[in-house]
Amino acid sequence: MTVEFAIFLSLAAVAVGASIAMLVSRNAVYSALFLVIVLFAIAVLFLLLSAAFIAMVQVAIYAGAIMVLFLFVIMLLGTENVESEPSHPWQFATALVLSFGLIIQFLIVANGLPGESGGDFGEVAEGFGSPAGIGTLLFEEYLIPFEVTSLLLLAAMVGAIVLTRWERSK
Amino acid sequence: MISIASLVEWSIKSLVLITIILGGFAYLTLFERRTLARMQTRIGPNRAGPAGLLQPVADGIKLMFKEELIPDRADKVLFILAPIITVVPVLLLLAVIPLGPDIELFGQEISLGLASEIDVGLLFILAVASIAVYGIVIAGWSSYSKYSLLGGLRATAQMVSYELALGLAIVGPILLAGSMSVAEIVADQRSLWYVVLQPIGFLIFLIASVAEINRAPFDMPEAEQELTGGYLTEYSGMKFALFFMAEYGKMIAISFVTATVFLGGYWGPFVDRIGLLGPVYLFAKVVALLFFIIWIRATLPRLRYDRLMAFGWKVLLPVGLLNVVITGGLIVVLDL
Repeated sequence: MTVEFAIFLSLAAVAVGASIAMLVSRNAVYSALFLVIVLFAIAVLFLLLSAAFIAMVQVAIYAGAIMVLFLFVIMLLGTENVESEPSHPWQFATALVLSFGLIIQFLIVANGLPGESGGDFGEVAEGFGSPAGIGTLLFEEYLIPFEVTSLLLLAAMVGAIVLTRWERSK
Repeated sequence: MISIASLVEWSIKSLVLITIILGGFAYLTLFERRTLARMQTRIGPNRAGPAGLLQPVADGIKLMFKEELIPDRADKVLFILAPIITVVPVLLLLAVIPLGPDIELFGQEISLGLASEIDVGLLFILAVASIAVYGIVIAGWSSYSKYSLLGGLRATAQMVSYELALGLAIVGPILLAGSMSVAEIVADQRSLWYVVLQPIGFLIFLIASVAEINRAPFDMPEAEQELTGGYLTEYSGMKFALFFMAEYGKMIAISFVTATVFLGGYWGPFVDRIGLLGPVYLFAKVVALLFFIIWIRATLPRLRYDRLMAFGWKVLLPVGLLNVVITGGLIVVLDL
């Protein structure tokens, strides 16, 4: 067992454990903090895959900005201990089917369909995952999707501002 | 595979960096109290040891023997974890700062820095700075006190808002150096410091970083007159000391970052010939910046909270965006 594999196993255990704790926890603040732990564990997994840029962005944006806003809203509204809605019986069945499908899909990607060989993802190219590499991909090959996404985000932002203004003037 | 030699090297370097923060914290408190006293025509602490040099020791011993109170309805686990969570990011920040050029030592080439070459160095600084808010938020929430909670809320809103300006201010140096690696940004400033090329970026960075570390005039989360100490209200003894360590450690770390990104880092006369001069110059720049932070605390009154937010979003952010556009345009036009 290599060092990398040991790190991966412990990180995976932390991530899965914290996700379960997040779901089970009755307190919204604890749930949010467990989610932060999951995000950190996954950021280190990205580091193991030598995708340092994505790891840093994950910490700075998801852990550092989005989850802080989550906590802010939970604390501001004082909704730490909200009674959970009664669950529906069909939710469990749906979750079961979906996760089963996901596992099958994962196995196909890793091993290939019966009769063909899969799991060969090739060598990672030099500079893959570096800031320069990601920047080149985003601004050359995927320029149009990138610009469309930024327009979408801008529209969402303007929409949020318009909605809150309308409420204030009423 | 990681060799034993490099493990030893990393451990020694990490110890040195942590010592800089911890030792710096102790004597920065003394430096601040003496400087503030001078500015307010007082004398300041001068009884413990020559010129008060043993004052930090006396303070430490006092805090260690204080009774540690935990409020009855506080969330005990998070209440105890919060000071620890606050200190950790502070100790991490220096990891990407090069303290000097590569030097010869024991017949080996040694770089004076832990991981200054990684190509996401500046992103690392932003990421660590952005998670520093958690300790304060958790402290505010777990204390079960309205003053603490208000302090925690103010800290979240303030730090998220000023982080944007901080990130935008760093884009200028990244564009100029063509790299996010801190080592390359310093190397590129050999002939000309970025503060000359990026005066607006430097100002934005200075203001936003003071806001990010919750120092006066942006110390709304603590504001003792209105919040009786904010998130610190319920803390005493060594837990309180840890929060103070974090605050002063952040001052030191952010001064290192400012000096490195805008003030030429370790560069100064004769550094290319005598490498060991590098850390000396860097230290001098850091002390000058620390003096500046203390100076504005003695000079400027605290901002009102709504004005603080308006300033961050309506002034710093647009100016920061404009600065990025102008810098990018100039680099393309002048082909820098």
